[in-house]
Amino acid sequence: MSKTFSIGGIHPKDSKFSKDKPIEEFPVPKRVVISMNQHLGMPAVPVVKKGDTVKVGQLIAEPAGFVSAPVHASVSGTVADVAPYPDFLGKKVLSVVIDTAGDEWLETIDRTHEIKHEITATPQEIFKIISDSGIVGLGGAAFPTHVKLTPLEGMKAEYLILNGAECEPYLTSDYRLMTEHAQEILIGGEMMRRVLGDVAGIIGIEENKPKAIEIMKKLTSNYLQWEVVPLKKRYPQGGEKQLIDAVLGRKVPSFSLPISTGAVVQNVGTAYAVYEAVQKRKPLITNVLTISSSDPSIQKNYRFRVGTPIREFLSAAGAMDKEGNLSRAFAKVVNGGPMMGKPVSNLDGPVMKSTSGFVLFTSKETKRQEPGECIRCSKCFQACPMRLQPYLLYQLALAGRTEELDENRVFDCIECGCCLYSCPAHIPLLDQIRLAKNVSLKNKRKK
Amino acid sequence: MDKLLISPAPHLHSKDSTRRIMRDVIIALMPSVLVSVYFAGLSALLVLVVSVAGCVLTEHLIVRYLMKKKTTVSDLSAIVTGLLLALNLPVSSPWWMVLIGCVVAIGIAKMTFGGLGHNLFNPALVARVFLLISFPVQMTNWTISNSIFRPDRWELPKGLLGAQGQLMDASSGATPLGIIKEGLANGMTMETLSQQHDFSYWHMLFGHIDGSMGEASVLAILAGLLYLLFRKVIRPVIPLSIVITVALFSGILWMVDPSQYADPLFHLLTGGLLLGAVFMATDYTTSPMSPLGMIIFGIGIGLVTMVIRVWGAYPEGVSFAILFMNALVPLLNKIKPFPYQKEVSRG
Amino acid sequence: MTSTLLYTILSLSLLGGLLAIVLYFIAQKFKVQEDPRIDQVLEVLPGANCGGCGYAGCRAFAESFVRNPENPDFVCPVGGNDVMQKAAAVLGREVQEQIPKLAVLRCNGSCDVRPVLNTYDGSPSCAVAADLYGGETGCSYGCLGLGDCVAACTFDAIHINPQTRLPEVIEDKCTSCGACVKACPRNILELRPKGPKSRRIYVACANKDKGAVTRKVCSVGCIGCQLCVKACPFEAITFADNLAYIDPAKCRLCRKCVAVCPTGCILEINFPPKKQVTNNE
Repeated sequence: MSKTFSIGGIHPKDSKFSKDKPIEEFPVPKRVVISMNQHLGMPAVPVVKKGDTVKVGQLIAEPAGFVSAPVHASVSGTVADVAPYPDFLGKKVLSVVIDTAGDEWLETIDRTHEIKHEITATPQEIFKIISDSGIVGLGGAAFPTHVKLTPLEGMKAEYLILNGAECEPYLTSDYRLMTEHAQEILIGGEMMRRVLGDVAGIIGIEENKPKAIEIMKKLTSNYLQWEVVPLKKRYPQGGEKQLIDAVLGRKVPSFSLPISTGAVVQNVGTAYAVYEAVQKRKPLITNVLTISSSDPSIQKNYRFRVGTPIREFLSAAGAMDKEGNLSRAFAKVVNGGPMMGKPVSNLDGPVMKSTSGFVLFTSKETKRQEPGECIRCSKCFQACPMRLQPYLLYQLALAGRTEELDENRVFDCIECGCCLYSCPAHIPLLDQIRLAKNVSLKNKRKK
Repeated sequence: MDKLLISPAPHLHSKDSTRRIMRDVIIALMPSVLVSVYFAGLSALLVLVVSVAGCVLTEHLIVRYLMKKKTTVSDLSAIVTGLLLALNLPVSSPWWMVLIGCVVAIGIAKMTFGGLGHNLFNPALVARVFLLISFPVQMTNWTISNSIFRPDRWELPKGLLGAQGQLMDASSGATPLGIIKEGLANGMTMETLSQQHDFSYWHMLFGHIDGSMGEASVLAILAGLLYLLFRKVIRPVIPLSIVITVALFSGILWMVDPSQYADPLFHLLTGGLLLGAVFMATDYTTSPMSPLGMIIFGIGIGLVTMVIRVWGAYPEGVSFAILFMNALVPLLNKIKPFPYQKEVSRG
Repeated sequence: MTSTLLYTILSLSLLGGLLAIVLYFIAQKFKVQEDPRIDQVLEVLPGANCGGCGYAGCRAFAESFVRNPENPDFVCPVGGNDVMQKAAAVLGREVQEQIPKLAVLRCNGSCDVRPVLNTYDGSPSCAVAADLYGGETGCSYGCLGLGDCVAACTFDAIHINPQTRLPEVIEDKCTSCGACVKACPRNILELRPKGPKSRRIYVACANKDKGAVTRKVCSVGCIGCQLCVKACPFEAITFADNLAYIDPAKCRLCRKCVAVCPTGCILEINFPPKKQVTNNE
């Protein structure tokens, strides 16, 4: 019996055209641009300078505080520059640029592919390795994992939920990981479970991935503490708060962290990274991304090195024309899923640790229509998974009424996009609500 | 290379649009439209055409020449108003009366409030009530002409057969509700009335009774309701609340004294209650946004309708009831939805 | 018939009169005691309720002004000096003469000099675009052209020019209320003095990147060469973050900086054209 969250939600086509494409090793790029801003929190501080030689897996930046993470070299070679470089949206971010030479890894890293089942590390050791390996939430938010595994004062973890929902249309990187590396994910999850104090473990997977559910169910039959929960195919099933609601029936209170319900949610990709870090001593320098579109010939899943330019993936997937420009068929490249991903304006921008994929859209698929008048149909209200009133928040945001926006819980918005998606009048609801939410959060932090 | 499109997330949109919703409502109204034309012939067609054309023209002229903006008739909402207005009028409505109704519906009830999405009252009902008060005679003349579409083998309402059983050219009679109101006021009981007049539920379902064009055939309205529910245009909350309230209210009265009060089924099937419940009360702009608000809205309409029907001066109360509850909608919209989580939030 | 009429007139008149007396006494009893000068100042104010003075409407301004007239910060930008003198006169005081100001756009990056690199398809609001990315051009400091300033102006004094896609301020209508300045997410609208004969000079650029980078994205951007700083005889030009800025208080409108600027990013407004030097050969 599939579970689901109880409020709101929409049903976009899942468009998982790339789900049967096995993960390919993407060739090592000639040059990587590794941003210091790979995670939420303080940007990392570089410890290398121009001219230094580095090996794969070597530390190139230190965390700047607790809510921060170290960054490691994803290629071997010479540091060409440590300076601000434009990201995929053209914004300059301090980055370490490495010109690749060969593919020499640190000797401490185990590069074999054999699965190491036995967990010999203690929970404290596991925690330290996670912290030192630069592991961040690979579901997209890139929150430093070791911080999430440290419950706040007065809150206790009761469950670890591995998020295998992958509710965003088109993306299949998590699915491929679960199909090809289920055992490793489970071992990584098991390690995190122990760090949290031997809590119960749950893996949530949407029912449009029956193969993954089957594989995980078979594996967890040997683990008493683990349970696989199939989830209905719905957006935003993979949202933290919605996942906790579906799996545990608990709702996160307004303006609170998920840990207040006793649940810690981690993406299956993060669990895989934890396995690699602890069992193979490999820091977070690779991940899996999807290249997808509605064109059946442009579907790929790649294991990539952090810092590779986006252009190279699009080119390898066949989306570029002979002159090296994006094929004229496509009007938009989205970094991430179509519901919450950001648009790409600079194709030479690099990929980051938590990049999940790129979706290419034609103009017809994605160009916005002219907004009309609000007809008070309340479809946005019905779709909002946080039970907010988007029609009201939109008007308040336009009028700048900050107090009433707070009264109506604008800070609880998870920016899922269900409201804008459902509005028959094509009103840009989320655009304005997002701005108002940022202002509200900034004011709250000041207090 | 063409330039990349850049916009904030989300990058996909549902196929829904205002125009699509209006189109679905028009389709849902087609059964009622067809039934009216079938039974009442060319006069029904005339009322429909004049009403739709009048509403579209009024909106186009006002938006284009008074407000000096791009025309809004392409969102099809004027056509919906036109159809609903026509279905609320008697078949024999003169064309000039229909036109006045159009101007009132679009010009006064819709555009003066700010156009689509801003009106407080249901435009078709405002027009209907305006016409009812201004032209009471024309609005209560339920003449049915002998339709060229109607085959002879159908059982005809008693009112259409003369003393020797011959087919009359036209019949002018009162609606079933009107008949019982007058009859009960004159001291007759329900049994006597039902013997004298044809209150067959079959006729009400199919549309053989007298009345305004839309209220006649209940089956046509139900077909429309099913289509709207299937297309997810409306939710069943409002129609259900109205129907249940009316059924309960009339049921209690009927059980107390069946000779003075008609039974619930009678009340449900007559007087445009279903037309109002399905098409007029569910209009997005003039109905509440939250489920609790919708329930209160529906119950209110049901109550006011029954109060007017039983104790009021008019035989029919749905139009007034809906307009009355429309006025309360802004208040109902202030009801906050159930909080996402009842626990007190930290920070 | 007439008796009915008589009774009606009498009874209603009596009722009306009684109620009027009752209302009068209630109004007197519950009257809010207020300084009568507030209403007098309010009379003098323009009544636009634009908030340019920083108060919530003209009445709020009048109340605060009457309570605290020594404060020199009370300025009604819409009414200008005339209104402020009249308002002060109500209180038996005088106020300082103010310099007339208007809004100035510190960007001249029209489409022909600042190449457009992508197409923005989001909500037509500068705030939304600025929150998302650097903009349709390579310059992440310049004007986005989506008109938040136009929407904020209550005096119809600023409009986007469709050819250049930059806002243009109508001198006569601008009251320097500051609404557009607040609305601009890039903070490139500035209130500067109108200047004698409406002449003014300013650096129409806000780009803080190094010169080579700026040059690539806009041909009329400030490249930080500092020739203007050296040329100014009145030390009116400061240089910070690869960007020159002219202090309007020190600028004497001599135009030497305009002459030396290699990119033409310093604009001179309302000056007569310079006489051409004729070549004999």
